[in-house]
Amino acid sequence: MATLTYRDALNQALREEMQRDPNVFLMGEEVGVYQGAYKVSRGLLEEFGPMRIVDTPIAELGFAGIGVGAAMGGLRPVIEFMTWNFAVLALDQIVNSAAKILYESGGQVPIPIVFRGPNGAALQLGAQHSQAWESWLSHIPGLKVVAPATPADAKGLLKSAIRDNNPVIVLEGEMLYNNKGEVPEGEHIVPIGQADVKRPGRDVTLICHSKTVAVALKAADQLAEREGVSAEVLDLRSLRPLDEPAILASVARTNRAVVVEEGWPHAGLGAQVVDVIQREAFDQLDAPVLRVTQADVPMPYNKQLERLAKASPERVIAAVRRVLYLD
Amino acid sequence: MATATAQTATRTAQTALEPRMLRQMLLIRRFEEKAAEAYALGKIGGFCHLYIGQEAVAVGSLAALRDDDYVISSYREHGQALARGVSAKAVMAELFGKATGCSSGKGGSMHLFDAGKRFLGGHGIVGGHIPLAAGLGFAIRYKGGDQLCICYFGEAAVNIGAFHETLNMASVYKLPVIFCCENNRYGMGTAFERVAAVTDVVEHACSYDMAAELVNGMDVLAVHAATQRAVERARKGGHPTLLEVRTYRYMGHSMSDPLHGVYRTKEEVEEQRKRDPISQLAMKLKEEGALDQAALDALDAEVHAEVEEAVRFADQSPDPDPAELTTHVLAD
Amino acid sequence: MATNVHMEALSPTMEEGRVVKWHKQDGDPVKTGETLAEVETDKAVMDLVARADGVLRQVAVAEGQTVPVGSVVAVIAAPAEAVGAGPATVPPTTTSGSGKRETGNVATATAPAPVAVAPLPAAAPADATRVKASPLARRMAKEAGVDLKLVAGSGPGGRVVKKDLERAPSQGPPVSSAVGAAVPSPVSRFPSPARSGAPYDDVPLTQIRKTIAKRLAASLGPIPHFFLTTEVDMERAADARDALNKQLGDQGKVSFNDIIIKATALALAKHPACNAWFQETHIRYWHEVHIGMAVAVEDGLITPVIRNAELKSLADIGREAKELAEKARSRRLQPTEYTGSTFSVSNLGMFDIDQFTAVINPPEAGIIAVGSIVQKPVVVDGQPAARRRVRITMSCDHRVIDGATGAAFLKTLKQMLENPLAMLL
Repeated sequence: MATLTYRDALNQALREEMQRDPNVFLMGEEVGVYQGAYKVSRGLLEEFGPMRIVDTPIAELGFAGIGVGAAMGGLRPVIEFMTWNFAVLALDQIVNSAAKILYESGGQVPIPIVFRGPNGAALQLGAQHSQAWESWLSHIPGLKVVAPATPADAKGLLKSAIRDNNPVIVLEGEMLYNNKGEVPEGEHIVPIGQADVKRPGRDVTLICHSKTVAVALKAADQLAEREGVSAEVLDLRSLRPLDEPAILASVARTNRAVVVEEGWPHAGLGAQVVDVIQREAFDQLDAPVLRVTQADVPMPYNKQLERLAKASPERVIAAVRRVLYLD
Repeated sequence: MATATAQTATRTAQTALEPRMLRQMLLIRRFEEKAAEAYALGKIGGFCHLYIGQEAVAVGSLAALRDDDYVISSYREHGQALARGVSAKAVMAELFGKATGCSSGKGGSMHLFDAGKRFLGGHGIVGGHIPLAAGLGFAIRYKGGDQLCICYFGEAAVNIGAFHETLNMASVYKLPVIFCCENNRYGMGTAFERVAAVTDVVEHACSYDMAAELVNGMDVLAVHAATQRAVERARKGGHPTLLEVRTYRYMGHSMSDPLHGVYRTKEEVEEQRKRDPISQLAMKLKEEGALDQAALDALDAEVHAEVEEAVRFADQSPDPDPAELTTHVLAD
Repeated sequence: MATNVHMEALSPTMEEGRVVKWHKQDGDPVKTGETLAEVETDKAVMDLVARADGVLRQVAVAEGQTVPVGSVVAVIAAPAEAVGAGPATVPPTTTSGSGKRETGNVATATAPAPVAVAPLPAAAPADATRVKASPLARRMAKEAGVDLKLVAGSGPGGRVVKKDLERAPSQGPPVSSAVGAAVPSPVSRFPSPARSGAPYDDVPLTQIRKTIAKRLAASLGPIPHFFLTTEVDMERAADARDALNKQLGDQGKVSFNDIIIKATALALAKHPACNAWFQETHIRYWHEVHIGMAVAVEDGLITPVIRNAELKSLADIGREAKELAEKARSRRLQPTEYTGSTFSVSNLGMFDIDQFTAVINPPEAGIIAVGSIVQKPVVVDGQPAARRRVRITMSCDHRVIDGATGAAFLKTLKQMLENPLAMLL
């Protein structure tokens, strides 16, 4: 198995899927000549030409809509947003067009499209460039949402997303692009809707996705070393649909859960996870389920303040201590 | 000689086309009148935007298209659906929310779809479907086809960002799209000149280096001719065209809005009615001797019957099965 | 200006109260100090009095209902005042008082202490049978057939959690049966099996039963008990009692229990090491002797206090004990009358119990358990003889009292009882 960066794993998925299906094309800002704002599309223009690797003007609403229209016309567009912060300009196309046309046409017009790009905060980019949109996007029926944490999952989930006959949101992470990991070559598919136990444990389940998987794993290490607590790290991978059976199975093992998420606390994705747990695993719980989220503020620029605002292993450990009644 | 033959052939095609266009316009007129009646009886719910007065736009333009071209529209799209050949039954049943509707009762007045006829909606957000038209044009170009996509929207949509982003990209990518702006002068109750710095929509094409034409929308033949020129542009080089078709809506913005009042006068509406596209074409055909009053009355009766049948069909059709609530959220 | 009527903390440990009876009805005029209702606290039935003049309005709690301390139970409105739809939501007065015994001088510290409470909605009376337990704990308890009411919770606010059930999967309650009573058999409030067709009856915990459970569970668990037993010859005490009662005539009677209380108090005065409270950070050795005497009441027990018992005559003790026992049984004890004891006496002699061990009443460091006085053959001066004897077992908190310390006290007690004249020394 090759060791790849998350970035190259995505590149590999795109390349393989474009080789496999001539209807797949990539469209977005800087994807072609510039080789991608984050170099995810490196080398693809050379291999597939400008009809399939399409540079766009800075017009998120416009090119997202062109993507949806192209999907209506039988293609399989992959629309890259330089970041999801800019995709907010295209929400009308994602929410009102991509997610609804199949339903309002009575099933006549499927929209097989991928919207992808980095989501959430990187480092010191300030409030407008540091937002996690998963709760917004996961709210919409008609969309699927995935958020891979590892290079292997990035490849496997992007391939699944491209082959899916529905609009699929792929939430990547600027801070993840350089992460390395083993990635199976060729046909490596991670089905949408399957969570993954990244670390088994007995005492508490840390439910996380994307960048918070690393936070949870670090917290789990420290909990094992310092507190003798065995934490299970469950990577959701798909945020819509949620792998409810996996969540419930893990909580049944540990009886306690802490959700670690990147977004803001109010009406966040974790609230949905907590809802599933309280509804379906009520009698399994030995403690209330807690959430560790981003602070309920626009992201500050200052490095120390930004660190305070983000979910951290320390805050995860504090939450775990509470659900284990260690305080 | 060859030229004369070609001219004769054109005239013959035209003589077949004009009564057909008259019939289509009349069908739309009677259909919409019936829809207004059904709305008043509570058989149609929600928003319902009627096309009365604008019939020549849909009919004249769609007569210039092929069956494998794409059609996409805004929420005032009953006319385009009917002119595209979606049956009056299927459209009326959709307005009634019935399982037999062209969108299985899930779309309603604003979301008419018929994929087989390449009629792709029916979109409810002003201007939101304009980029979709470019996307359909992109798919055509991507596959190397010579089809095109026609996109209908009102003049009010010209003030939306999506219009400008799309025209720019359609021009940059040379997409085979006809942007057909139906300028009926009012965005709901706001006169266009009150909210637009440039009141000739057609002028926006200059910003995007796009071909454009200003068309009399009360003259179905003029609409048809202008569309034909745009079609040719699209098929040959994949070039987009912006058509500004000046038309007039006799009814309120939707069934829940007044015909006139604060934003326009009754006299203005009456004045516009004198330019009625159906009367104009009927008069022309009568003058040419192609149609007499008896034939016109017979045509009207035939169209009436078709609409009555559509209402009967819609009335008698079943509601969607409750299980349909959760189907078509996601494709398999 | 309307005044809220709160469920007041009518005992130092009271967390919730049950309205037994309203003396005033909605619309009745009331005057400051008048009794509005009788409230059953964790210890007794107390009067809830009006804190303002006006008209009683918006009675939000029905008779029989239990609500947390601090809840608004009604409103006193000015006679012509229109009041809103619900009781005003003024949060109850909170102070730093915690309900724990914080005594300087016991005699003055027993006024109903304000209890720190969270503001709670008035219209939501607490379910007296509710046990705080995690959903998992509830499921585990159900599957294991464990009564959650009997499990001490280690979670926040006493929540019973998984580990509490794993520790003691089917442990019985930390029972209080060993704590005796100085009165005849109390009437059981529990339905007899014959009358009930069901295999069991679920009877909700009363306030007093809940308090007993809480306090005794807080005793036998955390307190390292040890026990010392001695047998005491009561012949002389019996003679002295007969003589005294003859002398008192109809001015009252002295019981064996009164004699034991007096002797215990005197022995404690000589052994202050046993007259003490364990206070977590310190031990408080008392200079006064206040003897708690366990009294069985209808659905539990309560320990009224005979203050300064070492200074009182046997006749006074006898009179006071009788009064307190009667008050206890009619639930009329005031908090001052059942708090502040420094040592307790429990007596199950009337139940033909030879000997038993009693559970310490924290924060006291000791309690004696008194069995029946029985005639038995013993050797007196080398000759077998029938003597009235009693077995006394002392329970000691080892954190305060060591074996020899307890034994020395017990020896003094034994001497006093066997030679009542020594009490006069």
